[in-house]
Order: sequence, then structure tokens, then C-alpha cells
Amino acid sequence: MPSRPDIEAVAEEVFTALADPSRRGILAALAARGPATATDLAAGLPISRQAIAKHLGLLAEAGLVAAEPGEGRRIRYRLRSAPIQVAQQFLAALARDWDRELEALREHLDAAVASATQETNKGWES
Amino acid sequence: MGFPDRIERTVEIAHPPAKVWSAVTTAEGLGTWFGNAASIDLRPGGAAEMTWTSGEKASMRIERVEEPTVFGFTWGISGLPDGDPRRTYVEFKLEPTDTGTRLTVTESGFAQLPEGGHRAAFEGNTEGWASELGELVEYLDAIAA
Repeated sequence: MPSRPDIEAVAEEVFTALADPSRRGILAALAARGPATATDLAAGLPISRQAIAKHLGLLAEAGLVAAEPGEGRRIRYRLRSAPIQVAQQFLAALARDWDRELEALREHLDAAVASATQETNKGWES
Repeated sequence: MGFPDRIERTVEIAHPPAKVWSAVTTAEGLGTWFGNAASIDLRPGGAAEMTWTSGEKASMRIERVEEPTVFGFTWGISGLPDGDPRRTYVEFKLEPTDTGTRLTVTESGFAQLPEGGHRAAFEGNTEGWASELGELVEYLDAIAA
């Protein structure tokens, strides 16, 4: 993690971490079941304990998991959502579909005028 | 990578500003073209809400009401937790044209950091379920004692 928080750097680390299916699997398992050790995770994922340990190191560097003391001398890893929430801002900007909303506004106004015209015509006919 | 902070769109609408103003500032308008239902207290500092049949909800705080030219509000960033202090600012600007209205919508604030840097600001409220469940256990222990 950069010492001075930089929103782009944080988001980039999150997307790099998420680009790998094994790391997505680890994060999904931590999100679903809560803090776990590398051994716990290896039991539920089709990856070796060694590979999981390597990915956990990378995820910890990106700030996506935090190591905490578990039972005995085993290290438990806990999901940290802060960097993900920063990346979510980037996704929110991409997902904000003003083009579609403004098209809906235009259609709404056209429809309102069309129905008003219809009402007027009806009044005229009767 | 380039983090977009500000989104801006302009559309030409073949209806006068008064009609467009009404569509973007009334419960009837907002609840038709934007949400599936809406409520609005149209004054700076007032609250507005839109709901969708999907169960989604948007809560807005109104900032600028200058009929019929400027309507601005803030709302939460989609995907962030309900209590997150970060909000984007949305502004509708209406300009009369020969054929109707030029409507510009800008939404800014996507690239803001929470106050105090993201690590410090989040550490407190993302202890998450582990601490919430810890508090529940303590509460139950206390009332049983």
C-alpha cells in the first residue's frame, strides 16, 4: 500500500488482485465464511496450500486481507473491504448510465405531450 | 488508469424548460422516468427519495433549487455501504433554446477519498460482522446475567 493513499493506486491493486481466479476464490471464501488460515482455505479450494500462502501474501500487500493471530501459532487472514470500496467508486462511475436515464426523460416528456394532445383532441371531438 | 471524477452529458430536448423542470423536480416526474416511485421536499436541505420495483432505493439531499435553471442534489455512491460519508453531487442545468431546452447533467465526486485517508476512515466501520457478532454475544451475556 502506498503510504499516502492514492485512489488510483488502490483501485489498480484491487483490480490486479481480482484478475486472478485463485485470488478471487480466496477472497470469495473469506467473504463467505469469515477469517481463515491458509490450511482452512486449502481444504475448500482446488489449489495447494503453498500457492494459497503465496496469494495471501500478495493480497496482504494490496491491503485486501489482514493477518491476525489465530489459534496456536497459525495465522488467520481476514478480508479487508476498504480497498474494495475505493475500487467500487470507480465501478460506480462506469455504471452510472446517464445516457439511458436522459433518454428515459426525453421519452417521458414526449409521452406526456402525446397524451395531453390526445386529451385535447378527445375534448374537441366530443 | 484515469479515475473519472466527473461525468457530464448534454441533451437537447424538444420541450420548454418549465416542462423539463417539472419532470426533474417533482415526485410525479422523478417517479416516472427515473425511479418507479419518488417523494421530494423541493428546497435546499430538503430530502428526496426514489425507489425502484427491484427494491433499490436512492436517498437524495437537495442542494440547489433555482427554478427553472438549476437543480442540484447529493446522493450516496452506488455500491458503498449506507453509512459511508462519501456522496456525489448531481446538477441539472436547464437552458432555453430555440427548439426547447438544453439539459446538462453533471455528476462529480467519484474520485474522492473519505476524510482522513481511506485506511483510517474504514478501519473503524469495517471491523464487520466479527465485531458486530461479538457485541451481540456480549449483549446477550449481559441480559442473561
